[in-house]
Amino acid sequence: MTSVLYDAPGPKAKARNWIYSGIFVVLFGLVMWWVLSLMAEKGQLEADKWTPFVTDSRVWTTYLIPGLLETLKAGALSMLIALPLGAVLGIGRLSDHAWVRGPVGTWVEFFRAIPVLMLMLFSSALYSPQFMDVPSDTRPFWAVVTGLVLYNSAVIAEIVRAGVLSLPHGQTDAAKAIGMRKGQTMFHILIPQAVTAMLPALVSQLVVILKDTALGGALLGFAELLAANRQISANYSNTIATLVVIALIYIVVNFGLTTFASQLESRVRKSKKTTGAVVGVADVGDMATGANSAGG
Amino acid sequence: MFDFLDSGQYDVLGAFWVTVQLTLYSAAGSLIWGTILAGMRVSPVPLLRGFGTAYVNLVRNTPLTLLIIGCSLGLSQTLGIDLAGDTFKETGFRLAVLGLIAYTGTFVCEALRSGINTVPVGQAEAARALGLSFFQVLTLIVLPQAFRAVVAPLANVLIALTKNTTVAATIGVAEAALLMKEMMENEAQALFAVFAIFALGFVLLTLPTGLLLGWVAKRVAVKR
Repeated sequence: MTSVLYDAPGPKAKARNWIYSGIFVVLFGLVMWWVLSLMAEKGQLEADKWTPFVTDSRVWTTYLIPGLLETLKAGALSMLIALPLGAVLGIGRLSDHAWVRGPVGTWVEFFRAIPVLMLMLFSSALYSPQFMDVPSDTRPFWAVVTGLVLYNSAVIAEIVRAGVLSLPHGQTDAAKAIGMRKGQTMFHILIPQAVTAMLPALVSQLVVILKDTALGGALLGFAELLAANRQISANYSNTIATLVVIALIYIVVNFGLTTFASQLESRVRKSKKTTGAVVGVADVGDMATGANSAGG
Repeated sequence: MFDFLDSGQYDVLGAFWVTVQLTLYSAAGSLIWGTILAGMRVSPVPLLRGFGTAYVNLVRNTPLTLLIIGCSLGLSQTLGIDLAGDTFKETGFRLAVLGLIAYTGTFVCEALRSGINTVPVGQAEAARALGLSFFQVLTLIVLPQAFRAVVAPLANVLIALTKNTTVAATIGVAEAALLMKEMMENEAQALFAVFAIFALGFVLLTLPTGLLLGWVAKRVAVKR
């Protein structure tokens, strides 16, 4: 293990590391002790706040699992719609014609600049009786999906563009040399390779989408995983325990996806079948409601 | 079409000012917290590295909405920690800033760490061969190059943070998204106009940040 910053530790450095570790353990212990004593004082550590998650299966069957399913459903549907839309927008942005490139570019930049929450609120108002009259029980779901699709298709467009641009230039040159037309080059040579290059970034974008569904629960009344918090803590008055359990579910699902994405990335990088071009996990802004530029 | 703005009922500029304030406080806080986290993640002490890694992985995979609601429901309402806010408004603002810092710090940390990784190991080896100490290697060789490399990623984090401040609406902080929600409910006939105003506001907030810092990033980048 070599780092830029330090050498492999010798005996003196090892002793120093032990001291730093000791100081850290003490400080961390103090903070934890303070938090736990505060929780104990407010009765948040009592067993009956936490046992429902183990003893009462209704917590899971009535609230948590249906909530998680709604979250996954909204996430998967948004991804399914955003993918082809994003691909079209991404290819449009690479067009040789200014009248295609310009408007598509403006569209993409616009929807990347706007918070996904605002897109959800707008869709929700648009689906109300005054305009489109979507049935009120499915309105939050569709508002969330619309917001996520508008935002994430713009992000995916940038990923597609970065994927195509990440390919070695020789690919286009070779295609031209054997007399392929622009469209042929794009669809037979560039896109198939870009898809492999983009896979890791797309998987990690799924994490962003899943995290963003939580906004719908908080402000639009979408019955997703985080919204289950209100009903559970109303029944068992265990706010903190519920929030911790819900956070753990999100972390398990998202951490699984994140790990899968980076494994995919290293596999694509190492694979001899690709050009080695890859739009990495780190190239995507994987912040909830946050566009980072996807490289490019 | 925009006549509802004349009624004086809605303080659009005030709401955006709250958004800007949320952004600035959270940006300053997460820069500090992110630097501390990055320091832990690259430190020679295994325990600190472990804590940094665990924190980043846990928090980054939690929705920001959950963190901010957790600050409000958990910290404030259940445990009674109000961060010395005198009024309901002040308390909500501070809790939102806390949640934003906890969340954004992980992204600042990862950006800084990738910046340190861009410095070739050979440079530090050469510096150590010249007899420079750990502190000299860090401050004279590694950090100056690392900071120049992360201007663009940090700009992206800042832009994302600006948009993330809208999540504070979930705990009732009177920023742009909350006012937009209210206006869309009251002025339903002017839905598109209301959306246009707020969309424009965010484009005006994020676009110059991106352009300016993108230009700075190009100017200061270390050519390798």
